[in-house]
Amino acid sequence: MDKAELDRQFSELYRAHLRDVYSYAYYRVGDHHDAEDLTEQTFLQAYRHFERAVRESDGRPLRPWLIRIAHNLAANLYRDRSRKPQTPIEDTGTLRTMHTTEDLVEGRDELARILEGIKELPDDRREALIMRFALGMDNREIARAMDRSDGATKVLIHRAIKQLEQIVSARQGGPA
Amino acid sequence: MNEGTAPDFEGLLRRALVPVEPPEDLAERLEATLTNLTEMAAEELDAWELSAMRDPRNWVRPVAAAAIGTAAGAGLVVLRVRTQQKRHRAQAATDAEFVQRMLHAAGDEIRRVLRR
Repeated sequence: MDKAELDRQFSELYRAHLRDVYSYAYYRVGDHHDAEDLTEQTFLQAYRHFERAVRESDGRPLRPWLIRIAHNLAANLYRDRSRKPQTPIEDTGTLRTMHTTEDLVEGRDELARILEGIKELPDDRREALIMRFALGMDNREIARAMDRSDGATKVLIHRAIKQLEQIVSARQGGPA
Repeated sequence: MNEGTAPDFEGLLRRALVPVEPPEDLAERLEATLTNLTEMAAEELDAWELSAMRDPRNWVRPVAAAAIGTAAGAGLVVLRVRTQQKRHRAQAATDAEFVQRMLHAAGDEIRRVLRR
């Protein structure tokens, strides 16, 4: 494949998945500044390895590969800085920009509890939920992004939701 | 999908984890960087020496890349870069100054990439 065609395909990938990568990065690191850095680095790294990825993908979608790059970079970010997200994602201002007025009126407290609960989940469960609900990825895509089997991924998501339900319920003062 | 999980809880999760639109300036910055990258061979980028930028004999390629970076068919999104190019053109009093401004912009992008 010549470079012009490769660049055209990368352009399509970029346009199709900029929001996915940014959403993943935002929910993963918890603030817009780091999310921007992570998104930028993800696409730069993806560009460097795009030809090989296309060759090895055998026609399968490349979104899981992109998210995996973002995942690895986020892990490096935490390792390098030895820190967790500094800006809480349930921050009022953030919620206001991300959710519709109707959402805020109807269930802001509940949504805030869910976002808070997500932060308490183990990393792999939190990431699986971000991929499923923020990015709309199916089990197979998530499995590829996380380098797990489809079955293991299904179990992981199920357990993540159950654990999150318990966390949110406990925060509400209800039965765990 | 998830037996034993209240369906409305998944609905709440979906509402809580809404996709987040990237800031416009991020998209613009990324597009400009990627457009510049597509104009250079990866080997050139890896071997790039900023000091070479000071030698006019090495200006041809980066200037050409920056100047034609917005040409049709280059692949990546180019609207923003074209806008920048127009701005540089408008701000430059002479052709030489325009070349210098574009060279400067290309250099900034390269430095950003090499810092990573």
